[in-house]
Amino acid sequence: MGLESALGEGYLTTRVDTLVNWARSNAAWPMPMGLACCAIEMMAFAGPRYDVSRFGSEVFRFSPRQSDVMIVAGWCSYKMSHAIRRIWDQMPDPKWCIAMGACASTGGMHRCYGVVQGVDNFLPVDAYISGCPPRPDAVIHALMDIQKKIQTEHSVMLDT
Amino acid sequence: MEQTLSNALKTTLDELQTTFGEKVLQIHHPSGDTHVRVHPDALISIAEWLHEKGYIYISDVIGTDRYQSSDRFEVLYNLLSLRAKQRLFLVVWLPEEDPNVASVTSVWPAANWYEREVYDMFGIRFEGHPDLRRMYMPEDYAYYPLRKEFPLLGIPGSIELPGTTPESD
Repeated sequence: MGLESALGEGYLTTRVDTLVNWARSNAAWPMPMGLACCAIEMMAFAGPRYDVSRFGSEVFRFSPRQSDVMIVAGWCSYKMSHAIRRIWDQMPDPKWCIAMGACASTGGMHRCYGVVQGVDNFLPVDAYISGCPPRPDAVIHALMDIQKKIQTEHSVMLDT
Repeated sequence: MEQTLSNALKTTLDELQTTFGEKVLQIHHPSGDTHVRVHPDALISIAEWLHEKGYIYISDVIGTDRYQSSDRFEVLYNLLSLRAKQRLFLVVWLPEEDPNVASVTSVWPAANWYEREVYDMFGIRFEGHPDLRRMYMPEDYAYYPLRKEFPLLGIPGSIELPGTTPESD
């Protein structure tokens, strides 16, 4: 890097995109959407044993205005789907979504008329987690996948 | 299977048969319970009679789709006598076409929500019910989910999903 050698020690150059994505990916605050038993594992994911604060996602915000990642944990009924979509619409862009567990991903064992067969019927899901319920490690894995996804995005647009 | 009935229950059943005669259609004892099937016309008078005899507590009202050509629907009232510590199931069978039966809310007010639930799931109308609205399904829903002909995953598109584009402001 020619510029760094010209500036001497203590400087490094990078792209604005990389810097912004680095910041965003390490501060992805979850919006907990705990609908069923998966929510217990989601709490363990935030707790001291699995310690998701290592990845900057320990701040569970119960306000959609302050959160970046919605974790849909549990089965979603048709009645609840409207509330979830409304909260999702209130989250500021950019935002990501994790469908946690078999029920949120596909309806799971709730194969019946009252349960939406997968929240991707009305939400743009970025990461699906298998398991019933998934271990907290699996939720961390999904979060890391989302971090990887954030790091490849083009965050800064040239306003022409 | 030989069944040993308690004296209290035996007395109640004998008195019930002598009082109501052929309105009591069938008494049988599946797996240790006592089911008394009665004629739907006599349901209210029998319910009032049982209430006087101590069956003051209604634990549940259950609907069943028997899926038979005659008397397709069954409504089962799970009654409890706290004094005699006895449980008794009162059963009525209803036809497939326009199933309706008198509401027992005048005898046991607690039956209000139970009957609403049976109405919601099976479409059985309870005549004289003070507030026969659906319990779980949307109020304008056209189907009865626990009937046997209802598909497992429901009727596609019958319950609305939220739109996937945000509402414009």
